[in-house]
Amino acid sequence: MLSVMPNARVRRKGTSRRVQTRSDRSRWLAISIVMWVLALLFLTPFVWMLVSSMKRDLDVFRLPVTWIPDPFSFRGYERILHGKYAFHLFLTNSLIVAIARVVGELTTASLAAYAFARMQFKGRDFLFLLYISTMIIPYQMLLVPRFILYRQLHIFDTLWALILPGIFTAFGTFLLRQTFMTIPEDLSDAARLDGASEFQIYRQIILPLAKPALASLAILAFVWSWNDYETPLVMLTSESNFTVPLGLTRYMDEQGGYSPSLVMAGAVASIIPVFIVFLMLQRHFIQALTRTGMKG
Amino acid sequence: MATQETAASGVAPAVRSSQSAQRQVRKKNQRLGYLFVAPNFIGFAIFTLLPLVFAFAVSFAEWDVISGYDGIKWVGLKNFGTAFTDGNFWGSLRLTLYYAGLGVPLTTAVGLMIALALNGPIPGRSVLRLVFFIPFIANTVAIAAVWIMIYHPRYSPLNTTLRSLGIDDPPLWLASSQWAMPALIIMAVWAGAGYASIIYLAALQSLPADLYEAADIDGAGAFQKFRAITFPLLTPTTFFLLVTGFIGASQSFGIINLMTGGGPGRSTTVVSYYIYQNAFQFYRFGYAAAMAWLMFLLVLLLTLGLWIFQRRAVTYD
Repeated sequence: MLSVMPNARVRRKGTSRRVQTRSDRSRWLAISIVMWVLALLFLTPFVWMLVSSMKRDLDVFRLPVTWIPDPFSFRGYERILHGKYAFHLFLTNSLIVAIARVVGELTTASLAAYAFARMQFKGRDFLFLLYISTMIIPYQMLLVPRFILYRQLHIFDTLWALILPGIFTAFGTFLLRQTFMTIPEDLSDAARLDGASEFQIYRQIILPLAKPALASLAILAFVWSWNDYETPLVMLTSESNFTVPLGLTRYMDEQGGYSPSLVMAGAVASIIPVFIVFLMLQRHFIQALTRTGMKG
Repeated sequence: MATQETAASGVAPAVRSSQSAQRQVRKKNQRLGYLFVAPNFIGFAIFTLLPLVFAFAVSFAEWDVISGYDGIKWVGLKNFGTAFTDGNFWGSLRLTLYYAGLGVPLTTAVGLMIALALNGPIPGRSVLRLVFFIPFIANTVAIAAVWIMIYHPRYSPLNTTLRSLGIDDPPLWLASSQWAMPALIIMAVWAGAGYASIIYLAALQSLPADLYEAADIDGAGAFQKFRAITFPLLTPTTFFLLVTGFIGASQSFGIINLMTGGGPGRSTTVVSYYIYQNAFQFYRFGYAAAMAWLMFLLVLLLTLGLWIFQRRAVTYD
């Protein structure tokens, strides 16, 4: 999937035939075994999560530890669907926030990025510097003043408190601006000669050409939004507004007894949507990470 | 894409001849630039710039927010002074250094090892890469929920395995003030190594093959090649992972809030969690804001330090 592998293989076969001895092969066999064992270890928490979600509560904490539920029980899943704390409500909230953030961020960030990358106006470079310098400011520092601000704006304890700040990010603008910079100016000039307006150039030339970068930003924004726990923790108080991660904490400190199968069923259900998105868009996702990763 | 390119090269001479005319058009379109930036900038100003000004102002005040603007008491530099004499603040900084200072390099090192292995001829590489990466896409709460169970002193797969390996007295993990922090660090490595390996893999991909060919001719071993070529060339990536790792590790309080609540005792009250507590549990918003500034300065200094170190350590040619 990544082009790392063919490269590596070619290098191995082509250049180091001399070194490709028996000891070399047995070394890679050893490394392979170590890696597979390590991968199994890495997977264990998720296996435990899945297994526990399908056990009866009394079987979860029972010795000896078992890795196959006996009997299988889907009480946990029934309870997240029909129980006291409505999972589908958390799910809906999470989806609303994530989709609004992705659409909003792609729109405002791509417009601003277009101006920063491909238009001339006074104060452009200063403004852009202002944008990127806020990117190193710790999230912690914004938490207290945002908390105060949201109360003033009356968006505290509403989904807007999660959506709005996610739409106007310096990060998204920066990421897209970097991509827009790489598109040859000739394309725009040609379109201008044909009488295209700036907006038409943005809409019909730049956006289609920058699709991979837009996809990267969309995926990152979706996953960050979906997995965010700290913002909802501070900004939401009503359970009806909870997103999935915060809703999950409800299962964890439920009054009248903590139910491990319920918590694990909720955990499994909270991961599945992101996991599906990841599986479908794995290539884009990895591109997105390396794209942002190389900008160190 | 292809048709657009031919179209562009077709008009290129015409473009050059009319460049001055275009410059005028662009000048006219100055205002359009602001129009494009405006939607993003207005939100950016409200949700990022304004809060920054707030954060600055609040750090000079004592305020519990709930009592409204009348409750603001301007105290000058008092909050910063308090921080310097607050043993808990220094203690929390030390714990952050412990958590990030051990956790981040470990995560990076494990990520590098995974990347090096996955860059070689290993069967099922794409499956392995997926497995290492899953923790990164799982949300903090789900991760915390399952690790709380794994760290259960008695009925967990972890300690039962340790016992069957002959360790009669395995650690109490989150219930022990000595082991709670190592437990969090182990989790952080598990959660972050897959990401580090993805970044490293991309960097490994772009390393020049001819250096390795030359090394092969000189008869260099695998370890020599790693020491002399791979590792030095990966320095920018390592620097990036360390810096973003430190920034991330010094800021996250969610996992602490879920797993330990800063305890047992104060054994896991890192500075980010201490700030969170002061703001949202003790309602000392001014003090929290002041500490956030101090933390920011420290992280900035650390980043600069690492950057200078990197510049000295590597010559690119």
